[in-house]
Amino acid sequence: MLNIGGLNHGIVIDHIKAGGAMKIYTYLNLEKLDCSVAIIKNARSNKMGKKDIIKIEGTLNGLDLDVLGALDHKITINIIEDGVIKEKKNPKLPERVENILICKNPRCITSIERNLPHVFKLSDRNNGVYRCIYCEQALEVR
Amino acid sequence: MKHIISPTDLTVSELNELLDLAEAIIQNPKKYANVCHGKKLATLFYEPSTRTRLSFEAAMLNLGGNILGFSSADSSSAAKGESVADTIRVISSYADICAIRHPKEGAPLVASLYSSIPVINAGDGGHNHPTQTLTDLLTIKNLKGRLNHLTVGFCGDLMFGRTVHSLIGALARYDHIKFVMISPEELRIPTYIREEILDQNHIPYEEVRRLEDAIPKLDILYMTRVQKERFFNEEEYIRLKDTYILDAKKMTLAKEDMLVLHPLPRVNEIAPEVDNDPRAVYFKQAQFGVYVRMALIMKLLEVEAC
Repeated sequence: MLNIGGLNHGIVIDHIKAGGAMKIYTYLNLEKLDCSVAIIKNARSNKMGKKDIIKIEGTLNGLDLDVLGALDHKITINIIEDGVIKEKKNPKLPERVENILICKNPRCITSIERNLPHVFKLSDRNNGVYRCIYCEQALEVR
Repeated sequence: MKHIISPTDLTVSELNELLDLAEAIIQNPKKYANVCHGKKLATLFYEPSTRTRLSFEAAMLNLGGNILGFSSADSSSAAKGESVADTIRVISSYADICAIRHPKEGAPLVASLYSSIPVINAGDGGHNHPTQTLTDLLTIKNLKGRLNHLTVGFCGDLMFGRTVHSLIGALARYDHIKFVMISPEELRIPTYIREEILDQNHIPYEEVRRLEDAIPKLDILYMTRVQKERFFNEEEYIRLKDTYILDAKKMTLAKEDMLVLHPLPRVNEIAPEVDNDPRAVYFKQAQFGVYVRMALIMKLLEVEAC
């Protein structure tokens, strides 16, 4: 098994669906950070079988990590301080997401209009249902 | 600035005000003949439509205004690949108000986000058609005298029929409304309309397959055409297109004061013999469409009769 060193101070994004880490890496613009970032793909998991993990050394000031809830609702975020987990949280579903979910309705204006952001609003928090603001097509994230 | 993208963009009190203005116009059209003098309406029609476009144009001309626009995507810059967002930014500097019809759902909302003039959705694919809903409401209010305490039957294509979805949403805001949905299994009302409008608002409704079973209990029968352009599969369209045909025999089962509405164009779903029945009001409905669009243009342009 591959070993990645523990973090003294930073964030661990855990329980990412196997194969989903790069999408999150790209969305959070982690390539722009000058601290250490580790992406672990296909790590063994008792709960999930396989999972991805992202470890970031340092803090992500001002970043809304709740948006990760719309990308992958099983994600957990661990805040590490002095080598121990100071806080563990599950991201909440944000009310509105832009360019996170893509409308798949072929009749939607987003299918032809250039440079139009794909915007979804949360319509049912309990069932994780978002609706495209343009065509109102539903998309379940759970 | 207000746009009308969805039928529920107007509150019930705004809607009642608009319908009152439309009734005032019906009573005395001459009083409103010049209220939009010097104003221009742009009709941006990216898919063919006869009555909606002409109804908008007639409405603006009746108010003393002018019209400009295009009647198909081929005769607009869309054929050159121009986006809706760019088109509306340009049109905003030519006209005072615009009506847009587009085959893609949500196109009028995109236009409203980039427009500096009021945008009216004149139909976006199978999604919304708010001015048809306003037309239907004015027809019912004028001829029935009320928008509450009604049993309303919808017949035909309830899956893709945007006029049906919009009218259900609008009537659901009034008291003591019941719906009867008459459709083949394949064209049933979509789940989201059932769950998010009917169930959430505790609106009583039933779904039936036979028009004859439903017609005796209705105050309003709203007939729809099975629309060829909404099907990806032509065989499916041919199989379903003539499921329901309202004829004189079926009309004998209806109440004496039931009204038959249809958003038009009608194909086979209403036999021509029904046209002379005083309960058939679909051609009057088209006339109400002009009056309600006149009222809407006046409200959005914030003009009043002297």
